Amino acid sequence: MPATLAKSGGLFLAMVVALVAMAQAQDSAFAIHMGIMALAALIAAVAVMATSSTTRRLGHDESHYDDAPVRWGVIATTFWGVVGLLAGLFIALQLAYPVLNLGLEYTTFGRLRPLHTSAVIFAFGGNALLCTSFFVVQRSCRARLAFPGLARFVFWGYQLFIVLAATGYVLGVTEGKEYAEPEWYVDLWLTVVWVAYLIVFGGTVLKRREPHIYVANWFYLAFIITVAMLHLVNNLSLPVSLVGAKSYSAFAGVQDALTQWWYGHNAVGFFLTAGFLAMMYYFVPKQAERPVYSYRLSIIHFWSLIFLYIWAGPHHLHYTALPDWAQSLGMVFSIMLWMPSWGGMINGLMTLNGAWDKIRTDPIIRMMVLALAFYGMSTFEGPMMSIKSVNSLSHYTDWTIGHVHSGALGWNGMITFACMYYLAPRLWNRQRLYSLRLINWHFWLATGGIVFYTASMWVAGITQGLMWREYGADGYLVNSFAETVAAIHPMFLLRAFGGLLYLSGALVFAWNIAMTIAGRIRAEAPMTETPYDARADRPLPAPALQPAE
Amino acid sequence: MSGYDTLRHFADSWGLLAMTILFISFVGFTFRPGANRRHHDAAHMIFRADDQSNQGRE
Ligand code: HEM
Ligand code: HEM
Repeated sequence: MPATLAKSGGLFLAMVVALVAMAQAQDSAFAIHMGIMALAALIAAVAVMATSSTTRRLGHDESHYDDAPVRWGVIATTFWGVVGLLAGLFIALQLAYPVLNLGLEYTTFGRLRPLHTSAVIFAFGGNALLCTSFFVVQRSCRARLAFPGLARFVFWGYQLFIVLAATGYVLGVTEGKEYAEPEWYVDLWLTVVWVAYLIVFGGTVLKRREPHIYVANWFYLAFIITVAMLHLVNNLSLPVSLVGAKSYSAFAGVQDALTQWWYGHNAVGFFLTAGFLAMMYYFVPKQAERPVYSYRLSIIHFWSLIFLYIWAGPHHLHYTALPDWAQSLGMVFSIMLWMPSWGGMINGLMTLNGAWDKIRTDPIIRMMVLALAFYGMSTFEGPMMSIKSVNSLSHYTDWTIGHVHSGALGWNGMITFACMYYLAPRLWNRQRLYSLRLINWHFWLATGGIVFYTASMWVAGITQGLMWREYGADGYLVNSFAETVAAIHPMFLLRAFGGLLYLSGALVFAWNIAMTIAGRIRAEAPMTETPYDARADRPLPAPALQPAE
Repeated sequence: MSGYDTLRHFADSWGLLAMTILFISFVGFTFRPGANRRHHDAAHMIFRADDQSNQGRE
């Protein structure tokens, strides 16, 4: 097996290179990261040798779909989901009780916050996108995954990226660009993984057995290509040393800011929206067992998002040094985005037309409907917040945080959970999920969590915004910053409570998935009973004869 | 004229026009004659037989 030998030899070489870089490192964080890289290369080399016989078989079995990476993805999504939500709850408590910073640099809010955002967006959401895309592209193209070895590299390479990013934040390694915090060498690694992802996905689409490319794949492809482009441009930077963590951005000043928010907004538009819409366009029709309401509308939805989202970024930079025309451009395009977004929401909801009772009887459908409702809500709130006069109140306040989490918890979270519930019994060949009733518990815990989170943040945000801009009769600001923080402390507590509810729901979810994988089925009353009333179920007796008057 | 001005004027004239035309033609294409039948097929594609998961594997 010369191929196996060459592969593991190459991995050993990579390990040696990483070890040399570790020895030469300019700073301890870089040394630790090179150590992790070396360890990963070693594990990969051993795995390649140990599984050489099975990997050779991978490419030839065309009669079955290649679901191993999908199964790993479901487990990874569940695991990172719990980690990310736990981090969210912890930083929410830190904002309410600063002692939880623990007096250590590693556990300060500033370092754990990007840990939270990356864990939920890139680890939880990213793994969900990865595994659902591999599942959907095979089914809708009626073809086995192209390049099975590369698909496995994509999965494990992505997990390595997550570990490097997460450890980096705790160690204080950051580019300081929100949602793009990892430093240059981690960015390079992600680029390699992402190109491999594009090759696997694109290759599968090319070898499809169906004439038409189903619309979900359009959304996935847009997500993959756009994220590649955003990642490359926003992370253009020059490292200080080839064996050190620090780098400097290729852009400066307002150009850097605009590039960052062009990236940031389209990360929302193509990672958190287009990718998750791909999930919606496949799994909602499948779970409802009805075709999508209007296929034409789904294509119009697609092109409208593609043409509009790219221009909306400047709404993150209202009233800054950005030229005024660019701010207005961002605002106008954001407002236009409202229409196609609601078109997509309606398309998803109306898929249930004629089967509305499923909302009552099928807890997975109910979860999908909730997700679509929050997609609609956050894409109404967003355009409203991008109006300059509204943004002058909402910007920098917790209103933005509330908007983020109505999208993130309501839309991304709920659609992901629903898809995982759909996938688990099918991937592990189970008769059904461990428990349908537990989905109900999850649903209500999560819904309660979202309500507490968003409602408290609206109140907190508007309170902050109004207190910051309050002038007294003598022309001075009335409130100091610390006073505004004290005023919203109760809201911070309510938010943390909402987070606790949401996390509890996710734990119920993790338990359900784990038991399903273990092959257990919970003995429980079915979701719907057949109502029967023996007294009513019989012919009416002939009416008693009334005596004539 | 600076590079900035050149690009900006291109963007709000020909660039804008090209994008608008492209967008309208992509959307218009979905209204072509015969599109309904193709859309119907595409929407039902994911329900064709043995589209379940790996039955009987492992
Ligand atoms: C248990 C549930 C969660 C809790 C308690 C929570 C809590 C928090 C907190 C306290 C912050 C910092 C806010 C601030 O700086 O004032 C935050 C930020 C953020 N969270 Fe969460 N979070 C949760 C779930 C999620 C999920 C599921 C996602 C995404 C899928 C998400 C995405 C984000 C993002 C993007 C930010 C940054 C917002 C910004 O900079 O404007 N969170 N979260
Ligand atoms: C039509 C769609 C949307 C529009 C026009 C929109 C608009 C906006 C606006 C105006 C802000 C506040 C910017 C600021 O004042 O700093 C914002 C923030 C944000 N939105 Fe949206 N939004 C939309 C949909 C969504 C969706 C579906 C999500 C999904 C989770 C989302 C996630 C976020 C995030 C993460 C931020 C915080 C960015 C930061 O860190 O500052 N948005 N959005």
